[in-house]
Amino acid sequence: MNITRRQAMTIASVGVAGIAGAAAGASAVLAADSEPAAPVSAASGAVPFYGHNQAGIITPAQDRLHFVAFDVITKDRDRLVTMLQDWTAAAARMTQGQDAGAIGAVDGIPEAPPDDTGEALDLPPAGLTLTIGFGPTLFRDATGADRFGIAAKRPPALADLPKFPGDALQPEISGGDLCVQACANDPQVAVHAIRNLARIGMGVVSVRWSQLGFGRTSSTSRDQATPRNLFGFKDGTANLKAEDTALLDEHLWARAGDGPSWMDGGSYLVARKIRMVIETWDRTSLGEQEEIVGRTKGSGAPLGQQKEFDELDFTIKGADGEPAIADVAHVKLAHHSQNGGARMLRRGYNFVDGSDGLGRLNAGLFFISFQRDAHKQFVPIQLQLARHDVMNEYIRHVSSALFACPPGVPDAGDYWGRALFS
Amino acid sequence: MRSRYLATVAVALLAGGLAACSGSDDQADAGAAKGGPITVNASDTGCEVGLTDVDAGTVQFKVTNKGGKVTEFYVYAAGDRVMGEVENIAPGLSRDLHVELPAGTYETACKPGMIGKGIRGPLKVNGSAAPLTEDAALKDATTSYSRYVKSQTDALLQKTQEFVDAVKAGDVAKAKGLYPVARTYWERIEPVAEIFGDLDPKIDGREEVIEEGMPFTGFHAIERDLWQKNDISNSGPMADELMVNIKEIVAKANAEQLSPLQLANGAKELLDEVATGKITGEEDRYSHTDLWDFNANVEGSKAAISALRPALEQRNADLVKQLDTEFANVDTALSKHRAGDGWKLHTELAQPELKELSDAINALAEPISKVAAVVAG
Repeated sequence: MNITRRQAMTIASVGVAGIAGAAAGASAVLAADSEPAAPVSAASGAVPFYGHNQAGIITPAQDRLHFVAFDVITKDRDRLVTMLQDWTAAAARMTQGQDAGAIGAVDGIPEAPPDDTGEALDLPPAGLTLTIGFGPTLFRDATGADRFGIAAKRPPALADLPKFPGDALQPEISGGDLCVQACANDPQVAVHAIRNLARIGMGVVSVRWSQLGFGRTSSTSRDQATPRNLFGFKDGTANLKAEDTALLDEHLWARAGDGPSWMDGGSYLVARKIRMVIETWDRTSLGEQEEIVGRTKGSGAPLGQQKEFDELDFTIKGADGEPAIADVAHVKLAHHSQNGGARMLRRGYNFVDGSDGLGRLNAGLFFISFQRDAHKQFVPIQLQLARHDVMNEYIRHVSSALFACPPGVPDAGDYWGRALFS
Repeated sequence: MRSRYLATVAVALLAGGLAACSGSDDQADAGAAKGGPITVNASDTGCEVGLTDVDAGTVQFKVTNKGGKVTEFYVYAAGDRVMGEVENIAPGLSRDLHVELPAGTYETACKPGMIGKGIRGPLKVNGSAAPLTEDAALKDATTSYSRYVKSQTDALLQKTQEFVDAVKAGDVAKAKGLYPVARTYWERIEPVAEIFGDLDPKIDGREEVIEEGMPFTGFHAIERDLWQKNDISNSGPMADELMVNIKEIVAKANAEQLSPLQLANGAKELLDEVATGKITGEEDRYSHTDLWDFNANVEGSKAAISALRPALEQRNADLVKQLDTEFANVDTALSKHRAGDGWKLHTELAQPELKELSDAINALAEPISKVAAVVAG
């Protein structure tokens, strides 16, 4: 078995102990990684692809995102299934730092286009995770037709999201039959993965929309520092974290009895592109910004409290006798205590898509949340926010999508969506 | 060694009056006589072939256009591989086609208006046929494609001449009508034309790709005069120059034999042309007749693949099946935008319609990009 250039690089850079010297090469690396492993500490390392849950959900949030939604353009169920198998194989390879195809970017015959596009040559795995989701329209199209004979398996939790007050959604960047979330610590690695999957899918799927993101706006592990969003505030302090296993079971993973069994161990992904009106926010006084958010801008401590991770206390009064955290402050409206206990795992990214032609940055937050049932978690929270959040003056939701992310692929004999399509 | 599949095509143009005099040839059963030509009566709605069960060898057809539209006649092997064709038969005219056909099952087709799949009919050729060796199949691809180039260049010369004449006569309406028709023959064989790097930009250069200091000439310069300037009073010399260049490139193209690998790459490049220039409306930015070029590129790509088909079937039958499916999908997607014997303007298509076409082209171009490796392998 040949070791590809990227893989050799991986072995060298990550230093998989005891394996680099083994003749078995690729299979040895994959086998070693198929065991549940501790979170990768080195930003350049590989995250296991195989496992009970999909990677890219509680995996410590990487720094970069390329998110893509696809329309399925074939009517042929077999072709769709074959593509999902091909995708799974390519994803297993790329997340381990290998080329998308078995031949590779530069080792084929000169007459053939390479089966890998090559821009990730010499780059390490960079913590790449690829997470797939199935959208409502994969089950029934706009006319209600059962496209691939799977309509009966559509989970109730995959019902369309309601319209929220103030939504300014653009259909062309909303929805989708399939999604793939690529996260990595190197943007080129994430883009490489999406580009190669899109290529493999030609004739079966067509890119509907895609989004690049940088600067993770949430931490999903206690090991990670809380990053800042483009409003300049720490975001994701009160997020669900990988270490909160009991809370994750309660709020993150779909389980037996929730819906069709193919989603047991899966999670529901909500994506919302939230444009920030950066320029007016920047003209807002520090005090007002902090009041809107409910935290101090510097340390991220709740207003009236000392440290970032202090439990939010809504009873504390300010000098004026009013609650230090206003009733309409963002952190209060979004807090589980105000939403029947609903929590989500947020995994969003900042985006700047150039400028908008009016001299303003086209920037904001590409919000991603994972939850056991979006209708019981994201929806009530977002309804609160949409109705009452003063921050709405500075943001606009311009896209929306909901996907059912199945459980993980246990081993190389399985593929994304097998339980759904068999 | 002379290939078993080698077909010779001799096209003789008969004047309309001459055809009318040869009375007996007009009878549908005239071709039944052994060795005599098989009569084909082509109308705007029918395609009567006098004999559909023949012996292997050189088969002669006499095609008479009894309809009101210009027509074409084809003999296709499996996968629409062109075994022989006569293009551009004006109403009232007859043309002869000699085609060497080994035993097998074929289809005949008349294409009134020179568009679409045509009016098809079966043709059975009896006898024995040994399969080609792989090498012979590849060699045959070259010969087969040269035959295609010849048929296209004949029509290109004629239609460009008509276009040039209309421009010089100041007949704007006629010139506008002929512009996309003449270009059809050009776009079908563009991979051959592109071999001649100096001529291609003079004939087909777009305004933005002309290098500084070089005059903007050729089809697109005249297109600009016709549609944007609405003035062709000074376009005559440019039209003459176009004709000179077309004649030169046609002579060169017919002398050129494309290798099987060049054919495979040409088939892919034609789709790349569609994906980059036609989908976006850049190609015919003044006339917006991009869909004519789109269709011609796809037809040309299909012709190159058809020439390679016997070799591809021996080496990778699954790939051939996939190509058949995707070519059919492109045709289906494109046929929604037909307008009479031509095509809707690019500007008449909405963004989702263009995306559907783009998806169909990408779906075809990916498997086509694998053909070269199969040929080389």
